[in-house]
Amino acid sequence: MKKPEPVQVIKKRRDAALADLVGGIPYIGFLGVTFERRGDELTSTLPYGEHLVGNPILPALHGGAVGAFLEIAAQVELGWQTYWPQFEAGATGPKLIPKTIDFTVDYLRSGLPRDAYARAVVNRSGRRFASVHVEAWQDNRNKLFAQATGHFLMPQIEG
Amino acid sequence: MEDIDKKAAIARQFIGAIPHSRALEMRVDAVHSGRAELSLPYNERFVGDPESGVLHGGVVTALLDTAMGTAVVSHPQSTGGTATIDLRIDYMRSAIKGQRLRAEAECYRVTRSVAFVRATAFDEGDEPVAAAAGAFTVEGAKP
Repeated sequence: MKKPEPVQVIKKRRDAALADLVGGIPYIGFLGVTFERRGDELTSTLPYGEHLVGNPILPALHGGAVGAFLEIAAQVELGWQTYWPQFEAGATGPKLIPKTIDFTVDYLRSGLPRDAYARAVVNRSGRRFASVHVEAWQDNRNKLFAQATGHFLMPQIEG
Repeated sequence: MEDIDKKAAIARQFIGAIPHSRALEMRVDAVHSGRAELSLPYNERFVGDPESGVLHGGVVTALLDTAMGTAVVSHPQSTGGTATIDLRIDYMRSAIKGQRLRAEAECYRVTRSVAFVRATAFDEGDEPVAAAAGAFTVEGAKP
């Protein structure tokens, strides 16, 4: 029987694959979005920054920044799930991020001036299209401040 | 007329005071009773696909959302600020690399609590890049 891979090797490979997927996208860096991985589960974080504010009096996060954060979380989740088998097989090289067809954001509460978190679920991914739902919260996981559903064009995977 | 000009001035001030809009270098090109045109320059920091160099959809979302909010506050029936309740965006194509992104928003209906808005985004060409529809709050209105 084949010996299982050492845990450090697996972690290193998966972390490198994730960094590969998101690292080259300037807008993710501009917003400051980071990703945390537990196995194949991803949590996106939007660390609070003054440049994200949409209402300086309240203050509250900008609806556009929140929408962009959710879109990034959904897109990266879909890309991650799509390429997971290739990552596991040790394939490297640039990966295409899925293109958004449409995106609908539901603003449930105003975004507070603190960190925000998001997790996305791929409800359906076919050969050409995918439907992804994403939820975002701040202090309490069960008090969502925004949620969204989007449709994406699947990147055409070689092979 | 004076009232409309005042609304436009308020709308410009409204955008100038928004840090996220400033960070994206948004500019108010026109505001007139329920209609707003905003634009932002191409910037490599806002790219979503490094291979093609096109702007990320999130930038389009932010510009459309801001243009729509501006259209709401400039509407004659608006009484104050606004917040997005719901926003849907359809992405028709990528904005061309290097070109300005422009959004035209129209607040076509205001009730006591809700403003209904639609908007379209363009690059420097005439074919739309994205279309949006949204519902916004009407602040300061009596419930």
